Amino acid sequence: MIQVPLSVGVVAVSALAVAMFPRSVLVFLLFQGSLLFVYRARIPERLRWSLLAAALLVLMPVIGYFNSYYLEVATQVGIFVALALGLNIVVGLAGLLDLGYVAFFAVGAYSWAIFGSPHANIILRGGFPLAGWWFYVFLLVGLAVAATTGILLGLPVLRLHGDYLAIVTLGFGEVIRVLANNLDKPINFTNGPKGITPISRPPTPFGLPYGEYFYFLALLIVVAVVIVNRRLEDSHIGRAWEAIREDEVAARAMGVPLVRMKLMAFACGASFAGVMGVLFSAKQVFINPESFTFLESIGVLAMVILGGMGSIPGAVVGATVVTVLNLQVLKGFSLWLNELKNAGVTVLGYSLADLPTQFEPAKYERMVFGVILVLMMIFRPQGIFPARRRQRELGG
Amino acid sequence: MALFEARRVTKRFGGLTALHRVDFALEQGIASIIGPNGAGKTTLFNIFTGLYAADDGSVTFRGQPLLGLRPDQITALGICRTFQNIRLFSNMTAIENVLVGMNSRIALGLWDVLSHSRRFRRTESHLAARAIALLDRVGLQANANAVARSLPYGDRRRLELARALAPEPALLLLDEPTAGMTQGEAGTLMRLLRGLVADLGLAIILIEHNMRVVMEVSDRVTVLDHGEKIAEGSPREVQENVRVIEAYLGTRGAGPRGARRA
Repeated sequence: MIQVPLSVGVVAVSALAVAMFPRSVLVFLLFQGSLLFVYRARIPERLRWSLLAAALLVLMPVIGYFNSYYLEVATQVGIFVALALGLNIVVGLAGLLDLGYVAFFAVGAYSWAIFGSPHANIILRGGFPLAGWWFYVFLLVGLAVAATTGILLGLPVLRLHGDYLAIVTLGFGEVIRVLANNLDKPINFTNGPKGITPISRPPTPFGLPYGEYFYFLALLIVVAVVIVNRRLEDSHIGRAWEAIREDEVAARAMGVPLVRMKLMAFACGASFAGVMGVLFSAKQVFINPESFTFLESIGVLAMVILGGMGSIPGAVVGATVVTVLNLQVLKGFSLWLNELKNAGVTVLGYSLADLPTQFEPAKYERMVFGVILVLMMIFRPQGIFPARRRQRELGG
Repeated sequence: MALFEARRVTKRFGGLTALHRVDFALEQGIASIIGPNGAGKTTLFNIFTGLYAADDGSVTFRGQPLLGLRPDQITALGICRTFQNIRLFSNMTAIENVLVGMNSRIALGLWDVLSHSRRFRRTESHLAARAIALLDRVGLQANANAVARSLPYGDRRRLELARALAPEPALLLLDEPTAGMTQGEAGTLMRLLRGLVADLGLAIILIEHNMRVVMEVSDRVTVLDHGEKIAEGSPREVQENVRVIEAYLGTRGAGPRGARRA
């Protein structure tokens, strides 16, 4: 049982290290790694969850106090974890490849952006922005609107599979983005490419700063999403989704109502994105169509695949890895190489300062990300945490 | 009124008439459908279970018309099937495969699932117990948690049978259940089927190529050739039917029938 003190120690030491070196990316990564270690360690479940809860509920906000950027990173991770979990239902469980998933995120975001800002005065007469507490109502409105949009997308694509489905969903994602971009005439719904601002924020309880507030709210939503996801997965609904993924014909013949189950998958997946969209628009205060590009959809898909399709811990870890990679590691790597360059370091007799600008590290951030994806798919195609089958007690 | 009755069922694929005015009826027990490859046996199953739409004719089950219903609705009424080339949910465990088959017997809403209501928990544990009983019946209890794709061939066939029994059907359609089995395994399976008929009052329609099995287990045999019914009767009657012998062995002097089929 050496893992018990080890787990406690690792979390404590890494948290302390972050407090001492609040600017070091490596140390923050260490902290994240310690959470992963605790999740995987062979320790009593009670201890595991108390450690994770302590780290996320207490340590993380404290770290955020020293370096608010880390809290921003954590909040973004939370947003993407919820998105990845939503897409995981559609792609991982039901096997419906959706390349336009970010559209639901956009729908949620715009639903609060329009009514939570003075913008709605242009459409309806007066009375906007809505008071801050409406934000909480709109978390549900965003959920409902996104779920409805999911069903609307689902209806025409019910008979499509694989590549065809992927192309149609890709088109759907673009349609939503283009609509957002162009619906400023004849009636100005979205304010086009200029975007909408300022979007109201809810009043925070206990005078919490907004950084902490959105972090806790994102965490709360993620926890709810994980619970919902698990319950769906362990029910006849989840089994029906997986049966559709495995063999649609056999699933129908075994009594799975195909239309209902597929629409339900689209609606459930979309609803998570809708809720997070509402949070996102309030957090950002400003949104425009740029935040909802095709690349975002692909990014979320990469999270699901990297983590392990159909696996909840996989989606969580996948989303964390990709977000941290994009926001911190690759950026940090770029900065570090630049520092070396400016310091005039020479490698094998070649001065880095002579490096042409084309080779500037910042320019191949995306390439490094791509290479990582390729390597992952070659050496671990099943993802970081592949889905494991639930083993049942057989009783007697 | 028969339990299951099909009348003048016709199905065309483009220019090819796969089934031409086929009549079929079953009251109880085991009925077999035999015929050379391409005779339309599986097409008939696909129409019975709603996977294909028939071009003409009618199918009724307990007096209720089936044509136009979705496969899951037909399953809910009490007809379930297996497939010629095993179609399990390969990445799910054996017990999960059986549980999927119970889908049409579950009356739980989204809210029950999300709230883990008492109704939900009771239903789930009841279903799991039933699934294990079914696996036990086909001799797969020890493999309940094994992933379907990892099971050996014979076990996969038996798992498919357990899954087909999950919706509590009154009529079971089995598409070549003994394909690829040894004579011994086939014999065991047939005893199992006989037991199902005796214990559960199940009616079974069997598509089968293994003639020894067909003759031994069937109460009635229907012979299809080129989408038409050419004979029907007890196994002995069918065995002695001239047209059947012709269809299987070809007529003397008329050249091999197989050439025309190819």
